Amino acid sequence: MIRVLLPTHLQRLANVGREVELLVTEPVTQSTVLDALEASYPMLRGTIRDQVTLERRPYIRFFACGQDYSLESPESPLPEAVAKGSERFRIVGAMAGG
Amino acid sequence: MRGVRLLVGTRKGAFILTSDEERQKWEISGPHFAGWEIYHINGSPADPNRIYASQSTGWFGQLIQRSDDGGLTWSPVDNKFEYAGGPVTHQWYDGSQHPWGFKRVWRLEPSLTDPDTVYAGVEDAALFRSTNGGKSWQELPGLRDVKGQLWQPGAGGMCLHTILLDPTNPRRIYVAISAAGAFRSDDGGETWLSINHGLFSGDELPDPTAEVGHCVHNLAMHPNRPDVLFMQKHWDVMRSDDAGGMWREVSGNLPSDFGFPIAVHAHEPETIYVVPIKSDSEHYPPEGKLRVYRSRSGGGEWEALTNGLPQQDCYVNVLRSAMAVDTLDSCGIYFGTTGGQVYASADSGDHWTAIVHDLPAVLSVAVQILP
Repeated sequence: MIRVLLPTHLQRLANVGREVELLVTEPVTQSTVLDALEASYPMLRGTIRDQVTLERRPYIRFFACGQDYSLESPESPLPEAVAKGSERFRIVGAMAGG
Repeated sequence: MRGVRLLVGTRKGAFILTSDEERQKWEISGPHFAGWEIYHINGSPADPNRIYASQSTGWFGQLIQRSDDGGLTWSPVDNKFEYAGGPVTHQWYDGSQHPWGFKRVWRLEPSLTDPDTVYAGVEDAALFRSTNGGKSWQELPGLRDVKGQLWQPGAGGMCLHTILLDPTNPRRIYVAISAAGAFRSDDGGETWLSINHGLFSGDELPDPTAEVGHCVHNLAMHPNRPDVLFMQKHWDVMRSDDAGGMWREVSGNLPSDFGFPIAVHAHEPETIYVVPIKSDSEHYPPEGKLRVYRSRSGGGEWEALTNGLPQQDCYVNVLRSAMAVDTLDSCGIYFGTTGGQVYASADSGDHWTAIVHDLPAVLSVAVQILP
């Protein structure tokens, strides 16, 4: 199972806790993880990536294994540790404040 | 006894305020959708339990929420707004052409007769319609064919913020866009014409009387006289007696004719309300005095309504969708401020009370009368 961490607003929207587990068919990529997430939680469609272009929303980042994968191709394989479920795929809202 | 329900959208959630028809004591529920911007929340005239809300943030985009029980529970419906046609670029701030792109929903206007039909005015400016309670949305692309390539964003974005449905003619729709102007359809939204004759935007446009490009802030009509329209433009309060065919200025003795909302009394079609704001660069009331201005002559002659409103050191704004009028026998007027107050008058504006003081900045106010 793929383990995904969601930011607070999306947890409330999907009525789930901080972490959700997803069954993702290989290859495990940003696209396949998000496809599985949106299939399980349709209310999240459009909140992480644009519904029409499928581009990542500008203030969303994807972290895993201490690295920022936001700028990687959505079709590139994610680290094996994410694919095996030992590391979590983190969906993060960019910092804002002031 | 009938009740009154105010639907208040703010920068950080929605709030629902309820009262009996005396409108003296109010109960507040919320925040609903805490932390999200609620640009508009509006109820169906055909079924007061059906409410739609536009929920968005810069991080997570746009959602549309629907309630079938008067706001007690909510469910997200479809949030896919895909442009169907029309021009692919519009004018940008620097005069260049810029790709059309969906940002958010500014206005939700349910049909007067069918709770499942609802219109959405969006940024970048376009009009969408759902006929299945928000489960899917389709653009009415004929609107953008009216010189859409010349439309341009105002400071708040290029938004379709006003939708008026003619209660006597289900095929007639009016919309207003910043900064494009006012438009009318006489065939249910298939084709459109600009209705900007008589507008003058001397400081905003190279051609002050251009067909499109005017920064219209809000439109209002009385349901019994739908051919008479009132407009708060960027500067100027305007009136048309022929469904937008020609406009004339009715700013009269207002201390400033800049502002955002405009409303019509429920029972007096010639009684209208505006909230003057000092200028386009100073978005607060003149002299630090929050005054609603009322005209009982359809414009031209205005009186300040101040009883119960702060008359010193007040520097809030009142945004374009943040004023509403109820239909009780003694007409109620409501408006919200960027300082988080919601003011109510149960006597046509003669006396005002802040029914809540400390909400987040108010973006929209709508009112329902409950049986």
